[in-house]
Parts: sequence; C-alpha cells; structure tokens
Amino acid sequence: MTETLKSAGEPPKGRLTTFLKLLWADKFAFFAAVFLLIVVLCAVFGPLLLETLATKQNLRGRNAAPFDLEAGWAMILGADALGRPLLPRIVVAAQNTIFVAAGAVFFSMLIGTALGLIAGYSRGRAAQMIPRLGDVIMSFPSLLLAVIVLYILEPSVVNIVIVLAITRIPIYLRTARAEVLEVRERMFVQAAKVMGASDRRIVFRHILPVVLPTLLTIATLDFAFVMLAESSLSFLGIGIQAPDITWGLMVSQGRPYLTNAWWLSFWPGLAIILTTLSLNLLSNWMRIALDPTQRWRLEMGGRKNG
Amino acid sequence: MADHLLEVRDLSVEFHTAAGTVKAVQGVTWHLDRGETLAILGESGSGKSVSASAVMNLIDMPPGKITSGQILLDGKDMLKMTAEQRRQINGKRIAMIFQDPLAHLNPVYTVGWQIAEIMTTHGTAKAEAQSRALALLKRVGLPEPEVAMGKYPHQFSGGQRQRLMIAMAMACKPDILIADEPTTALDVTVQAQILALMEELQHETGMGLLLITHDLGVVAEIADRVVVMNGGRIVEEGGAAEVYRNPKHPYTKKLIDAAPGKGAMPEERDRSAQPLLQVENLQLSYGAFKALKGASFNIMPGETVAVVGESGSGKSTLARAILRLEEPDGGRALYNGKDLVTMGARELYGLRRDIQMVFQDPTQSLNPRMTVFQLISEAWVIHPDILPRAQWKERVGELLVKVGLSREMAQRYPHQFSGGQRQRIAIARALAMEPKLIICDEAVSALDVSIQAQVIALLEGLRREFDLSYLFIAHDLPVVKDFADRVIVMKSGQIVEEGPVRQVFENPAQPYTRALLAASLDPDPEVQARRRAERKEALPA
Repeated sequence: MTETLKSAGEPPKGRLTTFLKLLWADKFAFFAAVFLLIVVLCAVFGPLLLETLATKQNLRGRNAAPFDLEAGWAMILGADALGRPLLPRIVVAAQNTIFVAAGAVFFSMLIGTALGLIAGYSRGRAAQMIPRLGDVIMSFPSLLLAVIVLYILEPSVVNIVIVLAITRIPIYLRTARAEVLEVRERMFVQAAKVMGASDRRIVFRHILPVVLPTLLTIATLDFAFVMLAESSLSFLGIGIQAPDITWGLMVSQGRPYLTNAWWLSFWPGLAIILTTLSLNLLSNWMRIALDPTQRWRLEMGGRKNG
Repeated sequence: MADHLLEVRDLSVEFHTAAGTVKAVQGVTWHLDRGETLAILGESGSGKSVSASAVMNLIDMPPGKITSGQILLDGKDMLKMTAEQRRQINGKRIAMIFQDPLAHLNPVYTVGWQIAEIMTTHGTAKAEAQSRALALLKRVGLPEPEVAMGKYPHQFSGGQRQRLMIAMAMACKPDILIADEPTTALDVTVQAQILALMEELQHETGMGLLLITHDLGVVAEIADRVVVMNGGRIVEEGGAAEVYRNPKHPYTKKLIDAAPGKGAMPEERDRSAQPLLQVENLQLSYGAFKALKGASFNIMPGETVAVVGESGSGKSTLARAILRLEEPDGGRALYNGKDLVTMGARELYGLRRDIQMVFQDPTQSLNPRMTVFQLISEAWVIHPDILPRAQWKERVGELLVKVGLSREMAQRYPHQFSGGQRQRIAIARALAMEPKLIICDEAVSALDVSIQAQVIALLEGLRREFDLSYLFIAHDLPVVKDFADRVIVMKSGQIVEEGPVRQVFENPAQPYTRALLAASLDPDPEVQARRRAERKEALPA
C-alpha cells in the first residue's frame, strides 16, 4: 500500500524538490542561477520599462562618474559619452546581447551536435564528408566570413545570429564526433544492439547523454566568445546598429574614454564576465547533478565539488 | 628478532575518502624469508595489495595514512627512513611486477633502454648495463634477445611483456620480488610458463618472492606459505598444503569450497533432436587477418556449450559473428532452421529476443546513467509486444528477486552495486527478453571466486527453470568443467576439438587440448606438485 502511494505521488513533486535541493547544495551554482534569472528578466522586461530612460541624452551629464547619488538612481553607475545613464542601458542591452549570444550558441550547438552524432555514428560516406565540412569552416577566419556575409546581407540581429552560429559549428561537431567514436564502442552500446535497439534509440538514449555534458560545458564557455565576437562586429560597424545596443557594443563604445572614464567599458564588461561565469558555474553543477555516479558529491552537501 | 628478510608488523592503513575513513588493512603481520615464496591470498577489497604497496612506499599519503605498525627490512624499520633511502631500496633491493605490464612500460622507449636505465640510475656504467640487459632478456626467455633490445613494448605479446617486467625487476638482483597478480591477465599456458620462470629465478638468486593473488591455483603451484586476507585482516596463515587440507577459518573454507572444478561432470545428453542453433563453417576476417576460419557446431535446446581457448583464438569473434555484431564473411548459422547470417534487419530484430548476451565486464555493459529499472525495462521499450507497460514495475521486481537481488534496488544506479550484483543485473536484463539462448562472453571471469560460484549456480538454476541454452565462452577450464555439457576448444580461429565435457577433460584427443589442461592450475597443492613432477619428467624427452 505504501509502495503504491509513493510511486503515484512522489516523482513529479519529488523531482523538483530534489533538483532544488541539489542546486542549494552547491552555493556557487545557486547564486549563479539567481543571477542568470535576473539577467533573463532584464532581457525580457528591460526594454519595455527602461527604453526611454536608456536612450535619453543629457549632454550636461557626459561621462558622469558613478556612485553619484545626487543625479538619481539611474546614474548610479555613471553615464556614457552622450550622458545616457549606464544602468538602464545595461538592462536594456541585455535583451539584444542574450538574444544574439543564446541564439548563436544554441543553433551552433544544435547543428554541430547533430552533425557530430551523424559523423561519429554512421560508417558511411557521411562519416567522411561531415568532418571535412567542419574543416572548411574552420580554415576560413570566422570574423572575415562574418564581415563578408554581413557586408552582402543586411546587418540585422537575425543575420548576426546566423553568421556567428555557422562559424562556431565546428567546435561542437568535432567534440561530438570524437566522443561518439569512443562511446559507441563501449559495452553498453553493444548490449543495446544485442537487444535489438534501433540506431535512433542507441544514439539518443545511450550515446547522447554521455556526450551532452561535455558539449554543454563548451557551450557556456562559447557564450562569452560569441558576445565578444558580436561586439567586434558591432565595432566594425556591421554588427548591431546604433541606437540598438549590446554589452559588447557598449564595451567598444567606451574604449576611447578608457583613460578618463573607465566606467563606460567596465560595467558592461562586468556584466559579460558575470554572465559567463554564472553559466560556467551552473554547467559545472549540472555536469555533476546529471551524472548518477557523481551526484553523491552534491547529496553529501557542503563539500566542494572536485 | 631480525631473522626475517622482510617483516611487516601490526600494520594498519587508512584511507580518507568522501564516504568517510576506510580501514584498508588492520593489524597485519607477516614475514618473508630468503628463498621463500609467500602468497597473500584474498578477493577484491580484502586489502591484499595494501601491505605490499606500503612496503614499496606506493601509498598516496594524503588520502592514505599508515596509522600503526613497522616494516622491517633486515631488522631496520623502513617507515622511519627518509624518502631518499626508500628510493635506494626500491628497485635495488625490492623490485615489483604488476598485473598489467603494458601500463608499466614506457611506450616511447625501447625495452633495452628501459632495462638498462634501471641499472644506470643505481650507478652501473652504461656499457655494462647494456650487456647486462641483453643477458637478462636472454635469461627470461625472449626469442632473439638482440633484436628484442631495440623493440618497443607494444611489439610484444602479453606474456612476453610480463617476461620483460621480470627482466626489469631482476636487473639489480633484488633480495625481494613482489608480484601483484602477475599472471591474472595471461592465458593459462603462458601463466604456467611465467610462474615456472619466477620459480627458476628464485632458485638461482635465493630471493624472497611475495606473491599477491586471488587464485588458489597460483598459490598451489608456487607458494610455500600462504596468508589469507579478508576485510583488511589476516584470517589464516600457514603452509600452502596445510591451509588447503585443513582450513580453520570459515572464510578460508568458503574460498576453497568455491574453487571451481570439483563438481561432477554431467552425463552426455541425447542429441538426436533438432538443434537450436546450427553453425556451419562460419568465417570472419578483419582485413587480411582471418579471425574465424570456418567454425561448425550445434547447440541443442537446454544445453550448455562451452567455448574455451586462449586470447586471440577467435572465441569472442565467434559470439559476435553469431549475434551479427560483426558481419561474417561466409558460412551459415541456422537458428531453428533460419539463417542468422543472411537475415535482414527486420527479421533480426525479432530474433534479438531469442538470443541474448551477457558480457564480461558488467561495469561497462550497463549504461551508468540508467537506473536498474530503466536498464531492465529497456528490453520492453525495444520489444513492446513482450509486456504491457502497466506490468513493467512488477516484472522488474520479479526478475530482480529471481537473480538474487531485492525489489527495492530497482531505483538505484549500477555504480551503487558490487561487481557480482552488477552481473546479476546484466543477467536479469537478458532474462527480460525471455530468450532461448544466452551467450555468455567470459561472463564470470571478472568476478571473485566465491561470487563466480554464486553466479554459475544462478545460471544453472535459470537453465533448469526456463529450459535455456548457453553458449559459454571462457578461458577458465575448471569453471567449464562444472557447468558445461559440451566443450569446444578453439585455437587460431579454428575448432580443434569438440565433445562432451567428460570426454574432452578425461580423454583429450588433441595435443593442444592436453597442453591447455596440463597448464590449468588446480587449487590443491598436492595435485599441482604431482603435475609439476610430470611436467619435469616430460621435459627431457
């Protein structure tokens, strides 16, 4: 009787609470998750609430210093070269930044992983061709490719996402392929074959879960790279176009003033660093939480994960 | 008190792990004299290697800690020596050889260089070291020692590599040789040669030999005295023959009882009916290498057919070819009259239900990210017609009970089980398919002797209950003797002998089968002593 009750009531509720408990066990990951939640909220609601404030020029407040409470809360982080308050600008810029970075990382990971799985698992011609495709993309300087494509096409957010996604595909492709080549020879894959499992089941049920944590870790690191790549494109004038803003663009806009107004580049730079760091901490936690053989590290609580 | 060459007194070692402090060995005391062979016998986790590691200063000291005891070499306590003094002793006075020689040979240097290096680091001149290395290679019986000097480790076979390790260990004429499972990874015939070599070298140099093993047969073959360990403590100690004849501790008794090869051999079965599996001239090659050169045999319903042979004989390839994990080049494998070799993917999918496999290493054959429930029920995900989803939970519980586990274990992950329990899970998974034939590829070789006996008994019980047939691939002859109805002996991709188990074991027709039987070790020291005498007589002739 108790057994049936348990099995009926526990899984849906139990999974969420154990999930949160595991997250709480790793304090760094917990605060990283909280920070990322704030960033996402900024990205979703920021432009709606602070758009006008963020674009209002105030030439008397050019390069206003931070921590000056007299100018109002919006100026707490200072103002940029046109006197626009930095804090609302960072909040508003979160939307474009996160959209470009998340979009590019997501699509490059999706496509790269899919191609990598095919290249690693199939023994046919695809196994020969796909890695060469990755080589072709890698042999071409990614920024040059982006410059050419964006010069021909209209520089828009969607196009930037596409270009950045394409240039990052080989990273996931190569990693996924290399891991699949190793995992598919493991005994449990052979055992699944003996049971008559379809190729699809073997790839998605047995191989992908082993490969995914590695790819997710790479993706979080790539997040920062993509943000900075986007800022260099914006710097060259073929990325995000003003008055649209991103963190990367803000960093590059603040560059001429680095010697006399460090805060112009510093705050958006800090936002990039903190976001990437949080993602990294969270992915590190996830790698442990998703691996049944490692999970005890979190379940024991309080211990540093090694 | 300084009579003994090496003495370990009241040694206790702890390891600090995340799961708390593990007491690896507690109050262990043993000694080794010149010209004597001491065997430390125990199963995995018994702490049999720990005291030897402590002697060699191989215990990693932050997680590990020696909490009490002394290690006396000629009466001097090694634990009180400096690291530099210990280094002088290692290699020069005490040498060690390991289970896996390939992992302990540097792949980028020639073996000649590596052997000479040991001597040069201990202060021998280069030219002399070279000539000594050559002499050693000659002594350990490597073919063409001059050529062998310039070869790299991967160019040697497993047995030859172990000879190399012995040559390296002997380089500085040590007083003590510690051998940690030196022959476990080797074939039986090679094992016999290596043990004989170690014994000869011991007679020549008068060194003390400390042998760490799980194998009663090895103890019977070579040891003068034996120390039996269980759970970090010494449970019994004495002369090898005496301990085997009159074991005092219950654990020793259990260990000796579990040793395979003592049961009665089954009588021959009636083989006139339609065979379940009929293999005819099955062939498979990897490139130019013919791994399987035409194998033919039958398996009757309810019969256990064992395939024995040394590594590289093609016995695993045979299993993989029947299961179509590798595509055979030719021949037929008729299962109930249908040819498995030419079968299409759809028909093969249906037949997967009937023929299942249990792999050698359950640690690798169970997906570490799936729970036991998911592992076992995967059979029904793949073949939905076996069992409706509502009954899965109940049936998984039944299967777990059937293989000697409990229902509550269904939500655990494989790493939370011991090796023997994992193999039971793998067997439960195979049974979930309700197969007619189970192919066991070295299914018990990775297990401890007492666990091995339990798993064999489980397989035997299941055979009677479900009228299963087994194709049982093994290199361990005593296990086969207890369990199989028929034996197939393979050598270099060919079947050299086939017959009922009694006939093959009592009247082997082929010289190869006879050699294999002669090389396999009996746990009884007296039987081994008799065999050794026979072997010596046979040599001059």
